[in-house]
Amino acid sequence: MSGSLSRRDLVLAGAAFISISGRSQARTYGGAVPWTPGIADAPRGVAEGELKFFTAAEAAFVDAAVARLIPADHLGPGAKEAGVTTFLDRQLAGPYGRAERWYMQGPWQDGTKSQGYQSRLSPAELYRVAIKSIDQHCRQRFSGKTFAQLSADQQDRILTEIEKGKLKIEDIGPHAVAIEGAKGPHSDTFFAVLMQNTIEGFFSDPIYGGNRDMVGWKLIGFPGARYDYRPYVGRHGEKLDLAPVGIRGRPAWNDQQS
Amino acid sequence: MAKKLPAVDVALVGFGWTAAIVAEELTAAGLDVLALERGAWRDTPTDFAVTFAQDELRYMWRRSLFQEPARQTLTFRNSMDQTALPMRHLGSFLPATGVGGAGIHWNGQNWRFLPTDFVARSHNEARYGTLPESMTVQDWGVTYDELEPYYDKFEYLCGISGKAGNIKGRIQDGGNPFEGPRARDYPNPPLDMVYGPTLFAAAARETGHKPFPCPAANMSRAYTNPLGVTLAPCSYCGFCEKFGCGNYSKSSPQTTILPVLMRRNNFELRTQCEVLRVNCDSSGKRATSVTYIDTEGREFEQPAEMIFLCAFAQHNVHLLLLSGIGKPYDPKSGEGVVGRNYAYQIVSSVDVFFDDKIINPFVGAGGLGVGIDEYNGDNFDHGGLGFIGGGYLACWNTHGRPIELHPTPKGTPKWGSKWKEAVARNYLTTATISTHGAVMSYRTNYLDLDPTYRDAHGRPLLRLTFDFGDNEHRMSDYLTDRAAEIAKAMKPREIHAKKRNGHYSVVPYQTTHNTGGAAMGTDPRTSFVNRYLQSWDVPNLFVMGSSVFPQNAGYNPTGTIGALTYAAVDAVKNIYLKNPGPMVQA
Amino acid sequence: MNIAAACLFLACILGLAAEAAAADTSFARVERGRYLVTAGDCVACHTASGGKPFAGGRPIQTPFGTIFSANITPDRETGIGAWTDEEFYNALHSGVAPSGAHLYPAFPYPYFAKVTREDVQAIRAYLGTLDPVKSTPPPPDLAWPLGHRFLMSGWNGLFFDQGTFQPTAGKSDEWNRGAYLVQGLGHCGACHTPKNFAGGDETDQALQGGLVQGWFAPDITNAQRTGIGSWSADDLVEYLETGRNKHSGATGLMAEVVADSTSGLSKQDLHAIAVYLKGQEGRQAENTDPPPQKVMAAGKAIYSDSCSGCHQMNGKGVPGMFSPLAGSASAQSNDPTTLVRIVLQGTRTVPTDTRPTPATMPAYGWKLTDGQIAAVLTFVRNEWGNAAEPVEAGDVESVRRALRSSSRTAK
Repeated sequence: MSGSLSRRDLVLAGAAFISISGRSQARTYGGAVPWTPGIADAPRGVAEGELKFFTAAEAAFVDAAVARLIPADHLGPGAKEAGVTTFLDRQLAGPYGRAERWYMQGPWQDGTKSQGYQSRLSPAELYRVAIKSIDQHCRQRFSGKTFAQLSADQQDRILTEIEKGKLKIEDIGPHAVAIEGAKGPHSDTFFAVLMQNTIEGFFSDPIYGGNRDMVGWKLIGFPGARYDYRPYVGRHGEKLDLAPVGIRGRPAWNDQQS
Repeated sequence: MAKKLPAVDVALVGFGWTAAIVAEELTAAGLDVLALERGAWRDTPTDFAVTFAQDELRYMWRRSLFQEPARQTLTFRNSMDQTALPMRHLGSFLPATGVGGAGIHWNGQNWRFLPTDFVARSHNEARYGTLPESMTVQDWGVTYDELEPYYDKFEYLCGISGKAGNIKGRIQDGGNPFEGPRARDYPNPPLDMVYGPTLFAAAARETGHKPFPCPAANMSRAYTNPLGVTLAPCSYCGFCEKFGCGNYSKSSPQTTILPVLMRRNNFELRTQCEVLRVNCDSSGKRATSVTYIDTEGREFEQPAEMIFLCAFAQHNVHLLLLSGIGKPYDPKSGEGVVGRNYAYQIVSSVDVFFDDKIINPFVGAGGLGVGIDEYNGDNFDHGGLGFIGGGYLACWNTHGRPIELHPTPKGTPKWGSKWKEAVARNYLTTATISTHGAVMSYRTNYLDLDPTYRDAHGRPLLRLTFDFGDNEHRMSDYLTDRAAEIAKAMKPREIHAKKRNGHYSVVPYQTTHNTGGAAMGTDPRTSFVNRYLQSWDVPNLFVMGSSVFPQNAGYNPTGTIGALTYAAVDAVKNIYLKNPGPMVQA
Repeated sequence: MNIAAACLFLACILGLAAEAAAADTSFARVERGRYLVTAGDCVACHTASGGKPFAGGRPIQTPFGTIFSANITPDRETGIGAWTDEEFYNALHSGVAPSGAHLYPAFPYPYFAKVTREDVQAIRAYLGTLDPVKSTPPPPDLAWPLGHRFLMSGWNGLFFDQGTFQPTAGKSDEWNRGAYLVQGLGHCGACHTPKNFAGGDETDQALQGGLVQGWFAPDITNAQRTGIGSWSADDLVEYLETGRNKHSGATGLMAEVVADSTSGLSKQDLHAIAVYLKGQEGRQAENTDPPPQKVMAAGKAIYSDSCSGCHQMNGKGVPGMFSPLAGSASAQSNDPTTLVRIVLQGTRTVPTDTRPTPATMPAYGWKLTDGQIAAVLTFVRNEWGNAAEPVEAGDVESVRRALRSSSRTAK
């Protein structure tokens, strides 16, 4: 902004400076707290539509699995209806899926439970490997059916085995095992990641593709991305029933067209 | 070849709380101060605005404001007989990156340590006899009374909301009667109290305790600090810890110091510049410069008359080890000081499930809660208990962010319809009592350089060898039992006491209260800095922050970090600048 | 500041430079000049972003195109070093450069004409002490026929009332001092008085608010609701000195005026300005119909979810930090341009030495639609006893467009 990015924004009493070297990276600041109008480190929401990471078969697995982890029932929609598959697809296609922030240098070896995640695989790779391995296992056990094609009871049985680390998943590589436990690849690492991501997709802001219509927040009574509860601090023990708000708002924001 | 830059009076490594304080004080004294920060510039309206800051996924779970392990992490093991492995993603603690450091994303739980905490060894030995040989607990070399004016200064800088319990020796109703005497009350009254902590307070009183509102760096009203910087009243949004505050109501360098500091023409801040090492002259007795690298991979040498390490506790120690300054600690011989006295915090909790009481956890603030201090430090007789130290119990109401907070009673399945039902049933009606306990320092808990793993610059990672001792487990269990007693007095449907069992793990978040590794003390053989946080070996090198704690106490560290920083910089102004050299004779 | 000099006369006085009169550089006169230059806020327009103070070249957007401010350092070739005192006086009083070229009234000579000869000489003396800077500003970029400076003489005949300030009898010395500063060096009307088709002041609406560079400079008469009727003279002094008071904080272009100019004036002069402005009747705001219920309901939802964290549900804000909206003149101003712009881009209350906190409203342009911004502003303008015309989605859209185009031309 030429007219509004005034000299004042950068220069106060002739002493302020921001100098930038190279690709807007290392900077020097002085003379004033800098500010530029219109700048916001706003979140990048996701668009509905085609899958960006999962194959159709993988998406079918995730749909089926998350529908058992957080089912649709008398209390309302579950993870599948909340769009957790879309959420997860976009997460795995992005920096989280690529483990961009993680330390992913070798050497790799099994550690103790206390030492946390030691797999070579990024989250995206972990899903790919685990889904393939679980479906293979299901086909062998249930005459050619994939996980998604099983009955709810059968799916719950398989998920329980995955959770307990009883199902062998090949190619996960080094990962956390109980100190007393046997070494070798287990499925509990994958289950922990899957459940955590499912909860994230069910309860995160709808801009990330999950928590559609804020169903996760409505289930529990969380009012979402609000910023002012001062009117309610003193209302001890009251059920407030505040309509949840996402970063992109709520339906009541859009009733202005008469 | 590093490009050599013109010298400055003072170079600060890292730019969080301690650096902001040092910079403000020393620029006011007329010195040219340069801060080098490895992360980016950050400020309220652009980086954590009310328009998007309330984003649990982005900030808590995708760790947006924290350091990236890809760039810097450490390796970890519980004991010396194990192989340390890298902490590949963050978990147990969340070091920051960027301007403001962890001061951006802390909760604002701002405490003073107890007078007895500063004389942990001499006091405990006088009362209970010799400490176990495995402990390296020591006195700090500074007393509570000496630090009191500096605690006061930091509290008034921040505008802490609270209720005094002891003013000049006179016990005040409604405050913490166990606290050390303070010169005056807090600058702001306590925050308005929500329901859960109120129920806890009633039960605590009923069971013979003296509950008080916890001291908070969240403003209970608009406040202008002694520098002339104004903070706004807290709106109880419930997005404090792990988040930046969107409406100027949580104390941070940005909301208390930078508006004044940035206007001074003898201050300069360089961001995205990571300090690789501190350089000394051939005598090894004088630090001459720091070498840093920018994002283009260019190296610079920045000479300075004085150098302050103001990075996160572990990073300060890492930098000392990489720079070859001070004698690295060797756990086998017990010799050496850099890396010695690493400690942490031990926490547990008791969930309190109601049927008939709506708690509304989401109406929260980082420091909003009621605490009791009967079981902290040496506020109680430890005779026959088999441990020293303690912690506070508190019913906080910091947030209701559902990915993190969805309490379920004991025995609830971990997924499926029953899990969903339990989450839906208990979300609004559950309070939690937390215990926040001290961790002693031990011969076998320490920091050194990892023999195998390297960081993005090819330098050895820091290696952490740490586990809780029997002292901590006994103490934490004792605290959890006390919490459970009060929880029952709250007359809930049921409670779920979650004791801290087993080995320390880097996986679940616990606290970012990592301490020690460059401990302070009175003896250069057991401490790296003297009482003024000045290196014994290199008198123009100073180490700020919790890496100087010889062991940890039962409180969150920020208040003490602030006080020690003000005390150190005061000594620099009044003693060192007049006569540069060691301020304490070894 | 929006209005700047465009003294772009080409100094082709080859070898025929007039002898500049030996300047009186007595210390007292220079200091007086420094103060008057502060009162006139000369530095704001005569300094380009990142450029040397007073060396000119700052682009000034006018409804007719862009012009660039002059170099007023004492450089003999590209600045005003070669001017005589008389030539300097004439530039300020008649809008004519030594070359005989007419200056554009973006340089507020219709105001500076009120300044006494003594004060003009002091200004000249101070400017003479600056370091000379060699710098020629770019030529103006104006729509035809305005590139022809001689047309300005016709403009002057229509809109320019030459003549040094004359005190008004029957008014106090303080009022008259205030009038001299407001009408003269302060050139408040340059922004706060609406302009006619040709850019001249609508003098019958003096200080009742005007559009300038994509901002609406508010009504600063004593009008209730839209003006400063609810402010005391001391409130006004506090605002001009520190950039904020319990009613408002200085943002946008006014942030610069406070930082460069009014915060450097004496309390006495600020009080005189306040007394004069409080003495301007202004125009009572017209009654408006209440907006549709639906719009108010949507606006309230947006406000409670997105705005109350700072401005509070009762619209009272936080004194000195977050502007109150209840009873706020800016919120109820006749023209919502500034309001829309603030919501789209955010705004910062100017930090000053006395009030260093850079309380800043974040940008909402990425988050809210035109209709949502219109609704929330309509709500703000008509809640808590406020009353003003509704804002339409189209209003928001046009401000958005204007900001986009100006950001494309950003230097």
